[in-house]
Amino acid sequence: MTHPPPPLGTPAVRSEARDKVTGAARYAVEHTPPGCAYAVPVPATVARGRVTAVHAEEVLALPGVHAVLSHENAPRLKEPDDPTLAVLQNDRVPHRGWYVALVVADTPENASAAAEALRVEYAAEEHDVRLTADHPGLYTPQEANSEVPAVRERGDFDAAYPAAAVRVDATYTMSALHNHPMEPHASTAWWDDGHLTARDSSQGSTKVRDTLAQVFGLEQGQVTVVSEHVGGGFGSKGTPRPQVVLAAMAARHTGRPVKLALPRRQLAAVVGHRAPTVQRVRLGAGADGVITALAHEVVTQTSTVKEFVEQAAVPARVMYTSPHSRTSHQVVALDVPSPSWMRAPGEASGMYALESAMDELAVATGLDPVELRLRNDPDTEPDSGKPFSSRHLAECLRDGARRFGWDRRDPRPGIRREGDLLLGTGVAAATYPVLISPSAATAHAAPDGTYVIRVNATDIGTGARTVLAQIAADVLGAPLESVRVEIGSSDLPAAPLAGGSSGTASWGWSVHKACALLAERLERYDGVPAEGLTAAADTEPEVAEDSPYARHAFGAQFAEVQADTVTGEVRVRRLLGVYAAGRILNPRTARSQFIGAMAMGIGMALTEESTMDPAFGDFAEHDLASYHVPSCADVPAIEAYWIDEDDPHLNPMGSKGIGEIGIVGTAAAIANAVHHATGARLRDLPLTPDKVLPYLDPAS
Amino acid sequence: MKPFAYFRAESADEAIGAFAGHPRAQYLGGGTNLVDLMKLGVAAPDFLIDVSRLPLDGIDETPDGGLHIGATVRNSDLAAHPAVRTRYAALSQALLSGASGQLRNTATTGGNLLQRTRCTYFQDVSKPCNKREPGTGCPAREGVHRDLAVLGHSAHCVATHPSDMAVALAALDAAVHLHGPQGARTVAVTDFHRLPGDRPDQDTVIRPGELITGVTLPPALPGTRCGYRKARDRASYAFALASVAAVLRVEGGVVRDAALAFGGLAHVPWRARAAEEVLRGAPATEETYARAADAELAAAEPLRDNGFKVPLARNLAISVLAELASRT
Amino acid sequence: MEPTSQQETAHSSVLTLHVNGTPHTLTLDHRTTLLDALREQVGLTGAKKGCDHGQCGACTVLVDGRRANSCLLLAAAHNGAHVTTVEGLADGERLHPVQQAFVARDALQCGYCTPGQICSAVGMLAEAAEGHPSYVTPPEHPPGAPAALTAHEIRERMSGNLCRCGAYPNIVDAIGEVAT
Repeated sequence: MTHPPPPLGTPAVRSEARDKVTGAARYAVEHTPPGCAYAVPVPATVARGRVTAVHAEEVLALPGVHAVLSHENAPRLKEPDDPTLAVLQNDRVPHRGWYVALVVADTPENASAAAEALRVEYAAEEHDVRLTADHPGLYTPQEANSEVPAVRERGDFDAAYPAAAVRVDATYTMSALHNHPMEPHASTAWWDDGHLTARDSSQGSTKVRDTLAQVFGLEQGQVTVVSEHVGGGFGSKGTPRPQVVLAAMAARHTGRPVKLALPRRQLAAVVGHRAPTVQRVRLGAGADGVITALAHEVVTQTSTVKEFVEQAAVPARVMYTSPHSRTSHQVVALDVPSPSWMRAPGEASGMYALESAMDELAVATGLDPVELRLRNDPDTEPDSGKPFSSRHLAECLRDGARRFGWDRRDPRPGIRREGDLLLGTGVAAATYPVLISPSAATAHAAPDGTYVIRVNATDIGTGARTVLAQIAADVLGAPLESVRVEIGSSDLPAAPLAGGSSGTASWGWSVHKACALLAERLERYDGVPAEGLTAAADTEPEVAEDSPYARHAFGAQFAEVQADTVTGEVRVRRLLGVYAAGRILNPRTARSQFIGAMAMGIGMALTEESTMDPAFGDFAEHDLASYHVPSCADVPAIEAYWIDEDDPHLNPMGSKGIGEIGIVGTAAAIANAVHHATGARLRDLPLTPDKVLPYLDPAS
Repeated sequence: MKPFAYFRAESADEAIGAFAGHPRAQYLGGGTNLVDLMKLGVAAPDFLIDVSRLPLDGIDETPDGGLHIGATVRNSDLAAHPAVRTRYAALSQALLSGASGQLRNTATTGGNLLQRTRCTYFQDVSKPCNKREPGTGCPAREGVHRDLAVLGHSAHCVATHPSDMAVALAALDAAVHLHGPQGARTVAVTDFHRLPGDRPDQDTVIRPGELITGVTLPPALPGTRCGYRKARDRASYAFALASVAAVLRVEGGVVRDAALAFGGLAHVPWRARAAEEVLRGAPATEETYARAADAELAAAEPLRDNGFKVPLARNLAISVLAELASRT
Repeated sequence: MEPTSQQETAHSSVLTLHVNGTPHTLTLDHRTTLLDALREQVGLTGAKKGCDHGQCGACTVLVDGRRANSCLLLAAAHNGAHVTTVEGLADGERLHPVQQAFVARDALQCGYCTPGQICSAVGMLAEAAEGHPSYVTPPEHPPGAPAALTAHEIRERMSGNLCRCGAYPNIVDAIGEVAT
């Protein structure tokens, strides 16, 4: 008899893969309770102002219409922590696209027609939606996103920078970006004898449950939120979103179950975006390339509804030797939709700027960009002075350079032609913090030798179900097939969201702890008792402990691009990443996450752009025809590798998060490759043909 | 979407007959654009006359050596047809550069010609648009217009025509066959679409109740080569920032025949007659192609954010002509 | 599901859709798309609604053997059509080779685009076998000859199916495996 291979670290097949390829996996609005009605929200058509009239009566006369909800008649909510959820509570319109009404009807067709027909009148006010680096409304917030200080100063940047032998001073801009998961935000909600149940497309249904309970004035036990399968989120489903509140309101108001899937065209205004940024980076270095002074100053926008500050200057506190440093954020509240989390918030934007500036410093010093980064690899975290729990950026850079063939690179820009194409390569580093939140879990042993793990994790495509089963099997010393994992319902032990690349670590730790307890108890029995045996764990105490270490994942990305001198079209030919992200628990699903995030980085670098329309106050790209998520043809055969990293200062699995680091650095690697290909340093993403073409001469 | 009546016509005459007395009727082909516009509220017919299954799905040789393409031939079938692949490569390439495999399986020849602009204001019924609602204004002129027209636009409209296919048909001198209450007529593709002027609501010269029954391509002359090239924001599944269809015959190093059309630059597939004048009889060199493109694009009036389309179209024209000449 | 009365009005029709071999006779509002008919009336939710405007491909099904965006097809215009959804591809417990390859290559993450990708791939493989060209097929490729499905060809032909998780490299590998 052969032993099963150790479950942890093996490429187990995604456990719900069969359900997903056969169509059996059901998402938020794919169960239809009897008597179900359909709701369609109505967005505001002014950029700022007040609703003065909602002509509900005209629409109520249309066929099949059950109800029209607006601030005039919608159920009153207790004030939510997140003001974007205070929907239909007053007549204020803080931005175009804010929901001002909700139509409920018997069929999707009647609901859409009625929503389209609803006349809403407004008293419009002057609006301001333009982000500029010198906007008079800019202020320095207390904190940026993730509760980090908005401003940090070390040493004396103002003295050190002018004294530096080599200086780079460059400003990088990025348009707003949208998450656009393939499944739009959607909910099915119903009330049954005072109990609210919602199937919601969310990255964390415990939080959705808590929020619904709070705003509707219920006990947590009176609410169940199910997020069984979730069609992507990328941060935009990390917090409860208006659709679940609206669906619950409509269900309460009509006494029917209600399905509500937000139309794709409405998403850009109501479920967050990566805020546009203007980032000035100044690097002062010696002739040897060692950085003496570093400033990363970020200007960004938020809405008038809530403050969200894209923490783009934060990675500069982690990455490089910088005895004199200033990292700061300024923000202005505009009449725009509320920005929010999008895959690697802060790091993705910030590392685009910092890693582009590093490339400029490499050129200025005449150093190879890999070598420059190696020379600035610090022993301790520059900002905190803490030792790193593990930092293998240098290994990632060296290994990536070897695999990519970096040593054959001629640093001169603009000299590699292939017909009409200019070719170039670029590199950038990546980092993402190790985040972790408390989680509960139970582990149950049945007499037949099977186990059930219960934890309200969410699988948004990461493979959470699979890896949690692997963790359990590993601790229990049981075959993977004997472990069943129940996730995706708030009736399960409470757990944090799938976000911040913290899911596996947070849930996994509680599963690990519960399984260890269970194994310990099982040792005391001779066989599993007839009623089975259950162990419960909560990692609150462990997670609360402060770590003396700076804990981050690192990586390096290498890109080869072609720039077409005829059209200005830039395409990625090769993309390779090497990561140091702790122990990789499932190489199959981990590789998919690295590759997928790098593919999203291609979009950030080259194709994705949300343009604020100054006259109307909305993002002009309403749909997936105009917002260019990369297509299959945009994405080459991406390679992702990792180094074996043994870090004992993380969690019992030794894992770091892997869902986001792939996008961090990718855009900079591509933009740096564009410079190498063309000789043009373009500092405004995305690098679409209109921006690139003016710098190219067709071959002739 | 507003409720509507539906009728599947079995013949062109039946379809045209059904249209009579229904001023808000529309013909339904593959629906890939019309159903989209109905969902947006941009189109709101009260009666759909389904013409997608009319017996107009043939691709046939004409007696003079050209090709007749039925209006309901699907884009994918047209692109794959051996005669199109070999004699009208520009048409095949243009079709294949557009949309996606799924959409090309559904979209028809007639419907492709009648596609409406992708201008963001046209598609958003909460905003003014002269094309959608005459007299309301054109916010695109000062607004978001990177993708819009540089040639032939008016104070009333700066929209572009989104079709790739129509650009190739314009260069190939195709004719559109129409059948309507007043009988049949044939219009050159280059006369079929109209510039916006002060009536941007009218994309084409089609009259109420008229139905496209087919398109005819004239014979491909011996020695001619044709091709299509498109530039776009992503590598596939995106509308053209600019495109070029060209037909070229070179003999002894001299251009004997040339036809050129631009896509993505104007309210119509833009036939480049001024460029053709320069090309004919001139040496087949890049210098000639550049002069030709410049002659055409001298009329360009870029908006604030779409000036890049002028050098882009120039480069595309030079590139396609040079490539065709190199294959002669 | 509400029971549907078999009565036509000016704005609705009785029609039959043959879905995965089973006829379904439905009274449908003319505005009902094939996608909504499948999802809300027939109860098959494999075909997904990602954009509802033909811009993402998640709703891809096979209609009379050819891949199409079901969100842009009016059900009323498809009376009598034979529709294959992702639920109809497997042969009992045995997965279709494309489904099997998607599992084996981890060509999915969140899974929401997956049914559309798989139906699209099945349709695309048939198109290639019939000699349908793509934009990247070399002009000299003989018309009508089966297309050689290189990774380049697969990428272009599958570009009508967006995947926000970025599973494209694995999707291309999976389809390539079936194509050879």
